Amino acid sequence: MIGDLLNPPRGARPSQQAGPPRSLRLIGVVLAALLALPLLYLLLRAAEMGPSDLAAILLRPRTVDALWNSVRLAAATTLTTTLIAVPAAWLTTRTDLPARRLWLILLVLPLVFPSFVGGYVVVSALGPRGMMQGWLETLFGIQRLPEIYGFPGALLTMTLFTYPYTLLSVRAALQGLDPALEESARSLGLTAWQSFFRLTMPLLRPAIVAGGLLVALYTLSDFGAVSLLQYDALPRVILVQLTASLNRGGAAILSLLLAIVTLIVLIFEARSAARTRYYSVGSGAKRRHSRVALGKWRGIALTFCATVVGWALVMPLAVLLFWLIRGLRAGEPMRALWSLTANSLYASGLAALATTLVALPIAFLVVRYPSLLSRVVGRVAYMGYGLPGIVVALALISFGATYATPLYQTLVMLVFAYVVRFLPQALGTVESALQQLSPRVEDAARSLGYGPLQVLGRVTLPLARNGIASAAALIFLTTMKELPATLFLSPLGFRTLATRIWDTTSEGFFAQGAAPALVLVFFSAFSLLPILVATRER
Amino acid sequence: MRYIIRTALLLTLMLLAVACGQSQNASTSDDSPTVAAEADPEAQPDPEAQPDPEAEGASDEIMGEGGLVIYSGRSETLVGPVIEMFEEESGIDVQVRYGETAEMAATILEEGQNSPADIYYGQDAGALGALANEGRLTVLPTDLLESVEARFRSQEGEWVGVTGRARVVVYNTEALSEADMPASILDFTDPRWAGKLGWAPTNGSFQAFVTALRASLGEEAAREWLEGIQANQPKVYSNNSAIVDAVVSGEIEAGFVNHYYLLRLLKESGGELPAANYYFPTADIGNLINVAGVGILDTARHQEAAEQFVRFLLSEEAQRYFANETDEYPLAAAVPTASDVVPLADIPTPEIDLNKLQDLDGTLELLLELGIL
Repeated sequence: MIGDLLNPPRGARPSQQAGPPRSLRLIGVVLAALLALPLLYLLLRAAEMGPSDLAAILLRPRTVDALWNSVRLAAATTLTTTLIAVPAAWLTTRTDLPARRLWLILLVLPLVFPSFVGGYVVVSALGPRGMMQGWLETLFGIQRLPEIYGFPGALLTMTLFTYPYTLLSVRAALQGLDPALEESARSLGLTAWQSFFRLTMPLLRPAIVAGGLLVALYTLSDFGAVSLLQYDALPRVILVQLTASLNRGGAAILSLLLAIVTLIVLIFEARSAARTRYYSVGSGAKRRHSRVALGKWRGIALTFCATVVGWALVMPLAVLLFWLIRGLRAGEPMRALWSLTANSLYASGLAALATTLVALPIAFLVVRYPSLLSRVVGRVAYMGYGLPGIVVALALISFGATYATPLYQTLVMLVFAYVVRFLPQALGTVESALQQLSPRVEDAARSLGYGPLQVLGRVTLPLARNGIASAAALIFLTTMKELPATLFLSPLGFRTLATRIWDTTSEGFFAQGAAPALVLVFFSAFSLLPILVATRER
Repeated sequence: MRYIIRTALLLTLMLLAVACGQSQNASTSDDSPTVAAEADPEAQPDPEAQPDPEAEGASDEIMGEGGLVIYSGRSETLVGPVIEMFEEESGIDVQVRYGETAEMAATILEEGQNSPADIYYGQDAGALGALANEGRLTVLPTDLLESVEARFRSQEGEWVGVTGRARVVVYNTEALSEADMPASILDFTDPRWAGKLGWAPTNGSFQAFVTALRASLGEEAAREWLEGIQANQPKVYSNNSAIVDAVVSGEIEAGFVNHYYLLRLLKESGGELPAANYYFPTADIGNLINVAGVGILDTARHQEAAEQFVRFLLSEEAQRYFANETDEYPLAAAVPTASDVVPLADIPTPEIDLNKLQDLDGTLELLLELGIL
């Protein structure tokens, strides 16, 4: 295998230098092959186009503009989400902020709004003649707000509904840090602020980068919110090719362009987080972190949290409630949502389980056995995430209907689609959890007579459980709102809250879409509770 | 701590077990609107699974294995109740996949010969034509085709229109009165509309209109119109609902949409809104009537049941539902239009062959070339 050729001879530090166990390598290769299906599909479809078509599509000024717009939006969103997520994670994890846990839930919840709902909400609340303008007109007589459409609106929407990715990632990392490190820093004379910026921040870098990566790729591949805010990004151009003329070849070429951008982002990410050890080597006895007393900063901290929650959670909820009440008053009939809710919870639960199971071996390969193989597997895992959902869905339709007929349109296929689409969300979190765990702890367990599986089950997994639990929670929440794969690959007749929201809002029945959206938020909030319990510091 | 992890593991294993059991009869988790009330698909057998014995006998003969499969480019909110009525009357089990019209067509093309779909139910004539062009639709029986006017069906007989919709201009009644509205959609290129218009160039209905414009007035006229509108810097929305919302709020004064979006918003908001639909007084291309229609796939496994379904859509019962509930134009069985909708007979409609709407490629090229898409 290639991995063998690249690995130096087995030496003094077996756990890092030796190649991965054969079984792990095999699992990695198989998973990579499965995860690469969308890419393979795109290459096959693109190959059907002649070189002249290729040039015509790629060199069109509009393609270039859209590409630039996509990149610009992704970069800006990554920056703004980091600025929100890092303080939010720190405040809710390390300080004596009043009602910390409640704030944490409220700050993570915006994750559950499907992006097209986010788009509708922002437009109706902040549009030039939206609800906000209505209030301002009564109060100050303001006739018209500045345009929300285009870059500012898209940036605001993407920021509000994606910063929790970085928040969760950073929170897990903060909890995994050995308190001894900060204590030493403080005992060596650093102030709390100095220790945060000179020690904690650098240690958090992998988590910030991992969260930022999720945000950047989510933004690159998003279609719903971005198109509602009239921002001309690449996914919108891809959808135009697909829907206006069923031009699957043209859509494939543009999707490959997006895949290349994803690859560049990944290389960038690898550079920025490269070659540092993020674990401590000492005895590593985990203790409770000391809480930073906010003191006079408490007011500012609360204002910060309240502002973020106000924009990202209260505003959308208010708009949804407004739609619901307006509809109920006008006598709109409301349909029962029980089985939709059951289906949503069920599919999301399976997706969380399956994705976490797939993420574990890959994260192991990537973190513990760096090699060409693990790099390839680790990058391929991100490909499905950086592509618009509809493109991934069409790829799996194409392969599923032809080569996996018995599985086509079953739950197995649907869960597989979720894995392909969302694996990176679990991968990033599990990877940073493993990075914080010294391989020497595993070596020690091995030297005391544990076999590889025992080390995994008794040492590695328990120590990394915060990261693993966060990963499962992320996948659960993201799957709850997933749309394209659910629409196209679910068993016939299998419908979820997200498909109902789409079904109604796309036809202009906003009241009927508001009800399932509110149910979605409600159940997602509950799904956060086990995570908080599982990640409670002892 | 350990207890929690173990409980979680056990729960997930149970879920998995249920998943395996369920994937064979995933259809029982069907959530057609009324069935939705019976919550838990695992706990109780689906009542729909046991139709009355008479109907079952009939459907067994027709159906063989599995239910009739419909790929619907129209949303469940609109067509779910009709499909349910059909199930009740025929005893035939129906499974539906819902999605966007064009994406559903793309799905059928990707699935190729293995497509499980029997019927494609699309939102516009263009997508139906595109599928027919790829050879995926079969010729329908003459009696079905002839239950609608010739202008609302495929000339080759590969699809038939079920309901109609009119293109209209929705306008804000506080900013404009009907007298301010022009005689033709071509007049919206007048600079007086600068900054006051909204459109949705990615929307299928809009693209169908542009195709109709090209087909009836020629490429040059279509190009001139698009350029003229563009010079007026219209606001770009992602769909019809967004345009209607913007007109109601006064963000724009007028927008190009289908007739029923305003009617739905009126119902939802309880009646009074500062907006109205405008129909052109002459047979202007702006008054285009497009259809939602159905076709039976070449790979259909339930030919007879599929025909039965198409027949049902064209029946008085279904047509009446569409007229009253979705505010569309009924096309068959002489069903009258809902009271709040301008009757089809009162709209001076342009002569246009809907079969020509399948030339979306040309429209796309034009829109791309002009930088509209």
